[in-house]
Amino acid sequence: MKVDLSVNGEARSADVEPRKTLLDCLRDDFNLTGSHTGCEHGVCGACTVLLDGEPARSCLMFAVQADGYEITTIEGIAPAPGELSVIQDAFCEMHGLQCGYCTPGMVLTATALLRDNPQPTRNDIVEAISGNICRCTGYGQIVEAIALAAQRLALANAPKAGKPNAPKAHKR
Amino acid sequence: MKPVPFDYIRPNSIEETCALLAQDGDTRVIAGGQSLVPMLAMRLARPTRLVDILRLPELSGIRESGNSIVIGATTRQAAAERDPLIAAKLPLLAKIFPWVGHPATRRRGTIGGSIAHADPSAEIPLVALTLGAEIVVRDTHGETAIKASEFFLGPMVSAIAQGALLTEIRFPVWPQKRVGTGFHEVNARHSDFAFVCATAQVALDDAGRCTACAVGIGGLGEFPVRLDHAAEALIGTDLNDAAMTEAVDAAMADLDIWGDLHASADYRRRTGGVLARRALSDARQAAAARPQ
Repeated sequence: MKVDLSVNGEARSADVEPRKTLLDCLRDDFNLTGSHTGCEHGVCGACTVLLDGEPARSCLMFAVQADGYEITTIEGIAPAPGELSVIQDAFCEMHGLQCGYCTPGMVLTATALLRDNPQPTRNDIVEAISGNICRCTGYGQIVEAIALAAQRLALANAPKAGKPNAPKAHKR
Repeated sequence: MKPVPFDYIRPNSIEETCALLAQDGDTRVIAGGQSLVPMLAMRLARPTRLVDILRLPELSGIRESGNSIVIGATTRQAAAERDPLIAAKLPLLAKIFPWVGHPATRRRGTIGGSIAHADPSAEIPLVALTLGAEIVVRDTHGETAIKASEFFLGPMVSAIAQGALLTEIRFPVWPQKRVGTGFHEVNARHSDFAFVCATAQVALDDAGRCTACAVGIGGLGEFPVRLDHAAEALIGTDLNDAAMTEAVDAAMADLDIWGDLHASADYRRRTGGVLARRALSDARQAAAARPQ
């Protein structure tokens, strides 16, 4: 079956079997391998993408169901090639990733959270990422990274704090 | 972890859906897919054809009809979670959503899908049973309303006949002024499948006596159970702790309870009783706090 999808703002087409998940279509047909294959039955959250801005598991829907949605993958999060979003940057700075396998799902989930709730409590953050499993168990740093990103986004939106989406340079 | 090959059809109407379902016994309905796709991936379900009803507009929505709130089958769990009508009229349903999967699965998962899936430990089926909801199914011959008490037949087995489509669920709204609800669950991790969960809804009169009561437990066995004998025994009492303990223990005495690697039958029996009492106690307190 032919499917026409909108991925990261671009119109993409693929010829897929109906049983092909959106995840496999993104990875195999569009070479967007930032969406990770984990459990393939909706438990781990590694395959999280944004559907019309809302986190969803791309392993739990078929590519043939995904037309008409604006699909955002981790490749569509950075403001420009070679740059990082505020949230990605905060993950680097706070060591919010170890092996990195869960990271795309975590970043996308955090992106939706901070858009809807710019000042989340620790509990809000924990609840938001409760469906994303980190097998390195580095949850502490992930929560701290999202909290730092929230703080920076708040400052970026404040008057006289520089351009939006332009976090301060950080030390590595 | 790849499903067997199947055909995919997206019909344009309920009639067309019913006709497709009537043609072929191996056709399955898909909507949010949050329960069905894992079953497909593990090849526990091997349909030849999937009929996608998610975009049929007439199957989605929440409305008030007489003394009921009617929820369309493909209404997203996340939409119901945020719905002011459900918050006002069906507080017990509103209460359980944080335990239904995760935020990301609630955005795709549907109310009808959870009920049709009939997982014995799932929260939405338990609320439908506790409140005595009616589940409406449609086939090529017409529409039938099935009582929740006659709907859940076994693990992942419901009374939806082959060829029928679940279209909506009618939840009765209690008319009393002082209504309170309670819900408790034990699981391995927040939002995982419940080992045991319990719901309660009670109504109190001005003197604090119970005029209506419903209590249910999920995760004990093949399907969720409603403790009707306990509810009958508690009506007319002031819902004191001793009366609740006695009523719940008596009602649970002859239940067939399963055990597995996660929780033994004894554990589920004890925990089910404790959670049911706590849910009743919370419901009593919430009702007592309501204005007379």
